[in-house]
Amino acid sequence: MRSRLVSLFAAASLAAFAAGATAQTVKIGVVLTYTGVGAEFAQQIDRGMQMFVKLNPNAFAPYKVELVKRDAKNPGGADAKTAAQELITQDKVDIITGVIYSSNAIAMEPVVTAAKKPFLIMNAGTAWITNLSPVIARVSFSMWHAGHAMGDAAAKMMKAKTAVVGYTDYPPGKDSLIAFKTAFEAAGGKVIDEIPMGGPGKVPDFTPFFQRAKDRKPDVFFVFVPAGDHAVGVMKTYGALGMKQAGIRLIGPGDITQDTKLQSMGDAAVGLITVHHYNANLDNPANKRLVAAWKKEYGADSTPDFMAVQGYDGMAAIAHGVRANKGKLDADSFINSLRGWKFDSPRGPISIDPRTRDIVMNEYLSELTKSGGRLVQKNIGTIPAVKDMCKELRVDRCGK
Amino acid sequence: MDVASVLLGGFAAGMVLFIVSVGLSVTLGLMGFVNLAHGGFAMLGGYAIALSMREWGLPFPAALALGFASVAALSVVLERLLYARLYRASELDQVLFTIGLAFVMIASVTLAVGPETQTLVLPEWLRGQADLGFIKYRSYSVAVIVAGVVLALALWLGFERTRYGARIRAAVDNRRMAESLGVDVQRLFTVTFAIGSGLAAVGGGIGAEILGLDPQYPLRYLAYFLIVVAVGGLGRVTGVFFSALLIGVLDFVLKIYFPKGGAMFIYALTLALLLWRPQGLFGKRTA
Amino acid sequence: MRAVLELAGRHRLRAWEALPWAAALAAFFVFPNHLAFGTQLLITVLFALSLDLVLGYAGIVTLGHAAFFGAGAYTVGMLAQHLGWNEPLSSLAAAALVAGAIGLASGLVLLRTHGLTLLMLTLCTMALLEEAANMGARYTGGFDGMPGLGFQPLLGIFPFDVLFFRSQYLYALAVLFACFVVVRVLVYSPFGQSLTGIRENLLRMHAVGAPVRARLVLAYAISAALAGVAGGLFTQANAFVNLAVLGLDRAAGVLIILILGGYGRLYGAFVGALAYLLLEHALAKAYPTAWQLGLGLALMAVALYARNGILGIAASLHRRLGGRRAA
Repeated sequence: MRSRLVSLFAAASLAAFAAGATAQTVKIGVVLTYTGVGAEFAQQIDRGMQMFVKLNPNAFAPYKVELVKRDAKNPGGADAKTAAQELITQDKVDIITGVIYSSNAIAMEPVVTAAKKPFLIMNAGTAWITNLSPVIARVSFSMWHAGHAMGDAAAKMMKAKTAVVGYTDYPPGKDSLIAFKTAFEAAGGKVIDEIPMGGPGKVPDFTPFFQRAKDRKPDVFFVFVPAGDHAVGVMKTYGALGMKQAGIRLIGPGDITQDTKLQSMGDAAVGLITVHHYNANLDNPANKRLVAAWKKEYGADSTPDFMAVQGYDGMAAIAHGVRANKGKLDADSFINSLRGWKFDSPRGPISIDPRTRDIVMNEYLSELTKSGGRLVQKNIGTIPAVKDMCKELRVDRCGK
Repeated sequence: MDVASVLLGGFAAGMVLFIVSVGLSVTLGLMGFVNLAHGGFAMLGGYAIALSMREWGLPFPAALALGFASVAALSVVLERLLYARLYRASELDQVLFTIGLAFVMIASVTLAVGPETQTLVLPEWLRGQADLGFIKYRSYSVAVIVAGVVLALALWLGFERTRYGARIRAAVDNRRMAESLGVDVQRLFTVTFAIGSGLAAVGGGIGAEILGLDPQYPLRYLAYFLIVVAVGGLGRVTGVFFSALLIGVLDFVLKIYFPKGGAMFIYALTLALLLWRPQGLFGKRTA
Repeated sequence: MRAVLELAGRHRLRAWEALPWAAALAAFFVFPNHLAFGTQLLITVLFALSLDLVLGYAGIVTLGHAAFFGAGAYTVGMLAQHLGWNEPLSSLAAAALVAGAIGLASGLVLLRTHGLTLLMLTLCTMALLEEAANMGARYTGGFDGMPGLGFQPLLGIFPFDVLFFRSQYLYALAVLFACFVVVRVLVYSPFGQSLTGIRENLLRMHAVGAPVRARLVLAYAISAALAGVAGGLFTQANAFVNLAVLGLDRAAGVLIILILGGYGRLYGAFVGALAYLLLEHALAKAYPTAWQLGLGLALMAVALYARNGILGIAASLHRRLGGRRAA
């Protein structure tokens, strides 16, 4: 332990020496959908990044960091791509990060690859996008992390035999469906109906889809919808249609129990089982510190959610990469320094898989319970060190 | 699946469409103003209703009244200052103006309240299941059906059976003639515009349970508002009621039995209905 | 020389018309780091120009023009992805053909209506295409789109650099110029004059026995083909295509741009796209979370104080100044 400390100090002072008298500034280009449908998510990530810097003021020392923010505006890709191109050629940033939508990550990738800049993804969850280029690393998740774990848990822990899957009809929804189905059926369950519930653009009236699911009388109803107002609609409809009384248990990835939306879901949500990589009630020191500081900064009613933690961890990863490479930030060495990187995140221990450059993290099984008049997530099980199963199982594009 | 719950669900879906769109049928259909900021008024109303319930603890009906009144008042200011200058402008200038206004509303709400989704927590009696004797069904849906029918009746009486309604129709058909007959067209339009905007606000509040509520609302549902009004036929508030009902029920039923077709149905239905009756289901003449 | 002048006279060619093209070329040298934005701008101009042909000249108001932009964009994308057909010029021609065919077919059905009904029919047609593209994700890539499309170098010589859009910019400029010439010749031809006649006085055109429907459908199909070229360019320049090429956002956006610039004036598309995109780009850079406010206010101001967009202001200024000189 002592020798490690010493070498750390040595490295830090060496780095300081190498940087010379004037501290070198690292420029980080942040591309997020600050306006439009994704604005809510961008705000969480943006705040998470700021909280990391606030709570760890010396994380980058001796280097200074400068964030250059650009609005990706929509999931269309063209604006995100132009933003990345300008950040690189005009602002001369060292790193590109952010990105809510996978479609934007896909559009930006050729630009970042050509410029040989590290590309650190803080949200975009389509499983295979990390395979697009060796300059990409991801600190967020793939839809397979939670979907696969949920399928396994539904069959083994909840003893469910049959399931209906309802999903928003776009890539994360389809990924979730396949991930859940793969694990659930491998563990002996059977998916008896798959219901696409409209695209991500508009919140649909969930009633017809939920009525159909109710008629199938499954043991569990697995739902994936985008976080935000879709999730609230799901909970309201589930409660109002009396599905709980009919003995159908609602389960899903934690996108439907986003911490910021919890209190508006109503009592129908009690008993809901989800699997996710973060919730604000996680019991670890890093999380307690983050939540306390967050409430102080943004108000007692506000809560960090999983996206905020992704922004937080993203900054931690960048800090590590910057210091490990002594400020020399070409894509190869930066990404290599992240391979196998370990960090005690507010979501528990995380690391970057050296092979896939994707995140390895715990998935938490939680049950929504009522305590003191508020809805809280009670953690009822931890599945440690979950990898992106899509790439482990080499499903479709993930195998390339 | 039992027919009663399918029909109830479809009726409720149609009534939500009706309640959020009927304000537009007043401004676009009656006054002939292409008001693409309609959804903006609905959003502002929804915010006023949701925030006054959360922050001041107003009961839902009082919040609805507040939403109607505050948005109607705001719309009078906007109408006198800005809209009135464009009554005689081309439709395309009206489009440019109202889209600009919608942008301003979106940005203002984002800056003032934040980009996150607002939740409108309904009172207990609207959240669970209502026992109708023959069936138990979602209380909210039942309430929406009742509200929609009452609203439609009130509007039908108001616009088609009163002097006020007759004046409006006269003023739209021939403004100069109406003015020379002593109708104060300017005031008439101001009042009508305020009613249309107030109805939008109420729609934003009532529809929030299903359509959600966030700063993107005005543009996200614009297509729905326009579809319902176009299919209903311009100039007919009652037409909008039946078109919303028809689209709502068919869309609902198709979604249950063919969920794979999901989002296509509403557009396919509109296409078919408008090709069949280009002036709308209840339109008197070609638009 | 005389022949040239005569031609210029017949087509009302004016000296200042060289200006935008010279400026676009100059921009290539002055702003080498802004060419990605510049390319998007040129593509938007072409798209708005295609809309001007139907909206400004034929008087057809549509909220579904992105259907043709999207058809062109997907044609180019799917040819490259599935058939390996990635020669830029020929795949652009294919985009024009596919979009034009869809325009012809939908025009035959839809152009019997007008006003709000036509607006909704065009919107629904586009929305159906969008949903079809989402459902056919196996072929179209769906919401996420097709990644990393590669195209052959232009004319076998100029490769498309993903980081610096030099080839893309000049290519888009050349295509825009060619399409502009087509539109310009068209609107000053007897065909174009008859379109204006239909817009201004439908009854009289019927009375003189002009084949009104056929001419409108033809204009619609040509416009669709041009929008398809714009969409194809989009895919080639950006090397990806996804659902956003088909959305209401794009269709409404291009309508706003054309109204902002001034419709029925050919150069309204240029002015509108430049003003809108520059304002949006600059505001979004400075205020990533609040730029919509400024943009909205600008649109409202133009609608209130100008008739027929920015070029409308210019025209009335010109008239006023000219009037004073005469007096």
